[in-house]
Amino acid sequence: MAEMMYWQAILRAHDEELARDPLVFAMGEDIGVAGGTYKATSGLYAKYGADRVIDTPISENSYTGLGIGAAMLGCRPIVEIMSVNFAWLAMDQLMNNAAKIHYMSGGKIRCPFVLRVPGGTAHQLGAQHSARMEKVFMGVSGLRVVTPATPRDAYGLLKSAVRCDDPVVLIEHESMYNLKGEVPDEEFFTPLEGVEICRTGKDLSIFAYNISVHWALQAADQLAKEGIDAEVIDLRALKPLDRDGIAASVRKTHRAIIVEEDEAPVGVGSEVIAILNEEAFFALDAAPVRVHARDVPIPYNRRLEKAAIPNAEEVVAAARKLLGR
Amino acid sequence: MEASDQRRLLREMLFARRFEERCAQAYQEREIGGFLHLYPGQEACAIGVLEKARKGQDYVVTGYRDHIHAIQCGVDPRAVMAELFGKETGTSRGRGGSMHIFDIDRHFMGGYALVGGPFPLAIGFAKAIQLRGGDEIAICFLGDGANNQGTFHETMNMASLWNLPVLFVCENNLYGIGTAIERASSEINQYLRVAPYKIAASQVDGQDLDVVMAAAETAIQYVRGERKPYFLELMTYRLRGHSMSDSGAYRSKEEVERWAQRDPIGIYKRRLIDASVIDEAGFRSMDEEILQDIEDNIIRYARESAEPRVEDLERYVYVEGGPKPWLK
Ligand SMILES: Cc1ncc(C[n+]2csc(CCOP(=O)(O)OP(=O)(O)O)c2C)c(N)n1
Ligand SMILES: [Mg+2]
Repeated sequence: MAEMMYWQAILRAHDEELARDPLVFAMGEDIGVAGGTYKATSGLYAKYGADRVIDTPISENSYTGLGIGAAMLGCRPIVEIMSVNFAWLAMDQLMNNAAKIHYMSGGKIRCPFVLRVPGGTAHQLGAQHSARMEKVFMGVSGLRVVTPATPRDAYGLLKSAVRCDDPVVLIEHESMYNLKGEVPDEEFFTPLEGVEICRTGKDLSIFAYNISVHWALQAADQLAKEGIDAEVIDLRALKPLDRDGIAASVRKTHRAIIVEEDEAPVGVGSEVIAILNEEAFFALDAAPVRVHARDVPIPYNRRLEKAAIPNAEEVVAAARKLLGR
Repeated sequence: MEASDQRRLLREMLFARRFEERCAQAYQEREIGGFLHLYPGQEACAIGVLEKARKGQDYVVTGYRDHIHAIQCGVDPRAVMAELFGKETGTSRGRGGSMHIFDIDRHFMGGYALVGGPFPLAIGFAKAIQLRGGDEIAICFLGDGANNQGTFHETMNMASLWNLPVLFVCENNLYGIGTAIERASSEINQYLRVAPYKIAASQVDGQDLDVVMAAAETAIQYVRGERKPYFLELMTYRLRGHSMSDSGAYRSKEEVERWAQRDPIGIYKRRLIDASVIDEAGFRSMDEEILQDIEDNIIRYARESAEPRVEDLERYVYVEGGPKPWLK
């Protein structure tokens, strides 16, 4: 078991898959010669060459479409878009083509396409560089959406995504590339479906994904000191969502908090609550609570930015309230 | 041109250089955050073109490297700096940041982070001008890399098709972040890429202010008179990194050094000295005055201005007090 950073885990998965299968290729802006904005593809250009580690022009919609087309003929492209905010430009290809081709062709054409994007609010990058877009991708049939919270999952989810025959959107986080964690030395594949129980508890369930898993874990530590035993669930796969896994936890704890970095409307929290209504309504002792960003484009000013985004303290406060403490 | 105008132009370029360098320092001292893209090396482009425009009347739009374009439109540099400091007195009340400077009063229309995003906006401004019937024009400054977006081609087609009064200024600095132009663009001469759209175009040296001004004058006269688009490519170079987080590994020191020899301020200064419009001592005192002004007026203003109030976080999402005709 080695400790490595999130970006190194992503690099390792790329390297193994490029080495294994000549039809795997990586593509994106500044990923080759420059090694990637977050170093996640560094060294690959020298090793695999310009035909398989491709620096693209700034043409998101069309190189995403190129990746989708190549996937339809059996390649396994790993396309990187430098920031999820720029993925809006590729939405036509992603939503109209990648998500629908397998179904539209009556299951005859597969699209084993992987899109990697950093999402999230980092440090004062302003409204056009701070979007969280999980809700957009998970709302559309045909895509798979996963979000690694740790280096282990950054590796394992990318490995699974490359081998999967469906289009997979993998949402990373700008603030997590230097996060350290243990990653097993042997090859492994993290499931693209199902929740991960990060910490077991009996008093309430805290559902989180991506960076909010860390807020949830910090909150659970604090709550433990106050005698509250929180279960922390990393949703990890946002599409399809694990209905049974979500319901099972709440049948045990009877209370739920959902923590999302995004603003609340039409989001992960809304979806989890809908699932709880449908699957576990009578197991609930209290109405589920969402901890989420404020409903604003993210401001540049540091204080305003902080105020717009949730944190561990807000999770703690929500838990206390939910338990009437 | 009058000697006093020549001195003013030299001063504007030097001010632009010092302003940006001071931003870099403030960034290192953490008074500025986020992404910061600076302009050194390219000063003659914005300053030369806008010298020939009607400042405050023509509508100007650009990308994220926007401080100097804004200032050349007449936006108060103190308000630009205050925006970078995230203050309530900033051009966007601290909500926008470096990449999102706006000033509708000065017809400076932004400040956008997404490469290629401003192209369609620019023809929207031109369309509005056309409908309103004025003789202003729209001016869109973008980089070479932006021309690989679909919006470039779609915009050029419509601009030409509908005779929209817009000047596209391509500041070709040979790189999009770390990707050299010949690795991203199948035709490296950007002005040739608009030919199929029947748009008049030219390419000139962007390091020589006089050359830029002459080309801009022709281009702007054409757009204003003919009410048609024009595409002006300025060959330039950024002497600093793409943003503050740039290792510079993608280009050689010798290359940067070679372009530093063609620094637009150096070229223009030499010309003015040779013409006895200014001397070394005059240049030095100009520089000192600028540095003093930046420190005493601009930085101080930004530093002493108040932060936005956290209670105001949700203001400006929607228009306050706008018409609600559905209410009686
Ligand atoms: C849609 C989009 N894709 C990618 C980026 C990341 N990015 C920021 S600047 C830049 C390079 C732009 O190059 P160019 O147009 O030549 O402008 P320059 O910075 O050289 O002036 C890239 C790829 C972005 N901001 N927006
Ligand atoms: Mg460029």
